[in-house]
Amino acid sequence: MNILVCVSRVPDTATKVFVGADGKSIDPKGVKFILNPYDEFALEEGLRLKEKNGGNVTAITIGSPEATEILRTALAMGADDAVLIKGDNLDSYQVAYNISEHAKAKNYDIIFAGKQSVDFDSGQVPSLVAAMLDIPSISVVSKLEINGATLLAERDIEGGKEVLEASLPCLVSAQKGLNEPRYPKLPDIMKAKKKPIEELDAKPADAKVSVISMELPSKERVGKILGDSDADISEIVRSLHEEAKVI
Amino acid sequence: MKNTDFFDIKSLLTEEHKLFIDSLSDFVDIEILPVIEEHFLEGTYPSELTLKLAELGIFGITIPQEYGGAGADYLMYGLAMQELERGDSAIRSFASVQSSLVMYPIYKYGSENQKNKWLPKLASAESIGCFGLTEPDFGSNPAGMLTNAVKTRSGYLLNGAKMWITNGTLADIAIVWAKLDGIVHGFLVEKGTPGFSAPEMKGKHSLRASVTSELIFQDCEIPEENILNISGLKGPLSCLTQARYGIAWGAVGAAIAVYESAVEYSKTRIQFGKPIGAFQLVQEKLAYMLTEISKAQLINFRLAQLMDGGNATPQHVSFAKRNNVRMALDCARIAREIHGANGILSEYPVMRHAANLESVLTYEGTHDIHTLILGQHITGIAAYE
Repeated sequence: MNILVCVSRVPDTATKVFVGADGKSIDPKGVKFILNPYDEFALEEGLRLKEKNGGNVTAITIGSPEATEILRTALAMGADDAVLIKGDNLDSYQVAYNISEHAKAKNYDIIFAGKQSVDFDSGQVPSLVAAMLDIPSISVVSKLEINGATLLAERDIEGGKEVLEASLPCLVSAQKGLNEPRYPKLPDIMKAKKKPIEELDAKPADAKVSVISMELPSKERVGKILGDSDADISEIVRSLHEEAKVI
Repeated sequence: MKNTDFFDIKSLLTEEHKLFIDSLSDFVDIEILPVIEEHFLEGTYPSELTLKLAELGIFGITIPQEYGGAGADYLMYGLAMQELERGDSAIRSFASVQSSLVMYPIYKYGSENQKNKWLPKLASAESIGCFGLTEPDFGSNPAGMLTNAVKTRSGYLLNGAKMWITNGTLADIAIVWAKLDGIVHGFLVEKGTPGFSAPEMKGKHSLRASVTSELIFQDCEIPEENILNISGLKGPLSCLTQARYGIAWGAVGAAIAVYESAVEYSKTRIQFGKPIGAFQLVQEKLAYMLTEISKAQLINFRLAQLMDGGNATPQHVSFAKRNNVRMALDCARIAREIHGANGILSEYPVMRHAANLESVLTYEGTHDIHTLILGQHITGIAAYE
């Protein structure tokens, strides 16, 4: 099977981020970057599929040259080769366009992606790629079974589960729970050094959206401590509803 | 390294080092720390970890990949030992024995047949090994060992006893050092060989999550092909240099664990209306620990460069083992003090590390013996001869 896994380099969710001087990007200084956690599920599923059926796993990412780091992680986990498409500050459309342009020439049987990247959370790329390639797309998958050219995917939906069927080639976006991603093993990390990473420049495409500004959550959200009288309880309910807007 | 790294040693590492250490660090947090206190209290080795550690590539880090190792450098080995001992000294001890005291001598002094037969199985932990040098009456003075081998028509007849042998009871293969015609030689003794038994030693207050055993040989027949190609004490001592290198790194991991616990505790424990970390006496203790840990890390990093360049001497390794283990034990005692009464509870890692480090201070060359090795290096006079 010829398998493509889309991966993304994102700030570690435990890292404190700051907005850069331009007011519309993350300041990378002191930020630890990792392989997007949802992409780990996508990669693990691709690797398991290859281990079962044979084939090849390619990891692809779009971003700055630093994104090579996460391609090395993907190679260390077991991907056979990797592609870095160099391009900065691209919108979801441009990212999807470049992935689909790469995929068109390669005849992948299945394409995996995380359901979203945990930095910007737009969750658009997987579906866009599938649309551009004109192949079926099943999103937020938590269980996958492939028999021949047929694919059965389970998705968690509000209050239950849904099982979908599609035929290959297909795009699957991964949800937490799809599998338990492996730890990179040291011999594989050492071998990953020798695996090829192809570097390409992003093909130009017009962005559909652009970032205007980015800001951190307001610091004014300080805790309030109230008593346990009936009036206080009413006040807690009111502020949760009207101020915090969580109920 | 997401843990204490004041002088940013991480920036000196390659992608491969960072990738593995980050992955191993997660493994320690997720797989070791949640189970280790229980095993320590029960006095059991967490055997469920062995295969997982093997899968990660912990056994035989510096052994070439053709024999099942990872083919990585000594810096990688050191960093890995630091992470493992941040979990527990018992887990690091297991890895030290398997890699430095069993795989290393087979790789270095074994025949091609011995290497092919054992190294891949030891790397995958299909086989577990142990190393028998110390005897009930010969610890710091291994040259006096009584275990002896006599040449027979088909091999060797082994008699004697070893003590304080990590993993002895678990082992499928023991590297046993014995005198043949008055000269120390190494023998591979397989589990199940008639006349060989390995009862577990009980009653330890330290390294409780590690199996420690006696090895007993009564007219134990060893086939001719199971002898290692090295004679004299330099054989076992060269293995100990490897293991001690790993211990020098491991001890820093234990120190980091107790230091980080002390930092957290001193920021959250309120006395006299403020965190105890606001008091100068506590800040001095924390500053002392951070200073000593950072110094030890810098020693280790330089020692790794010397090891990888083939320029490290046993004296360099003695220096690091001596300094770093003493430092870690001091940190554990200080951290226990900062934790107050809570410091003796299994809720915190402090007492466990403190108890473990009492063993680490003594095994693989006691603190005093390493002092004398340095003394001999400085003066040219051996105090222990």
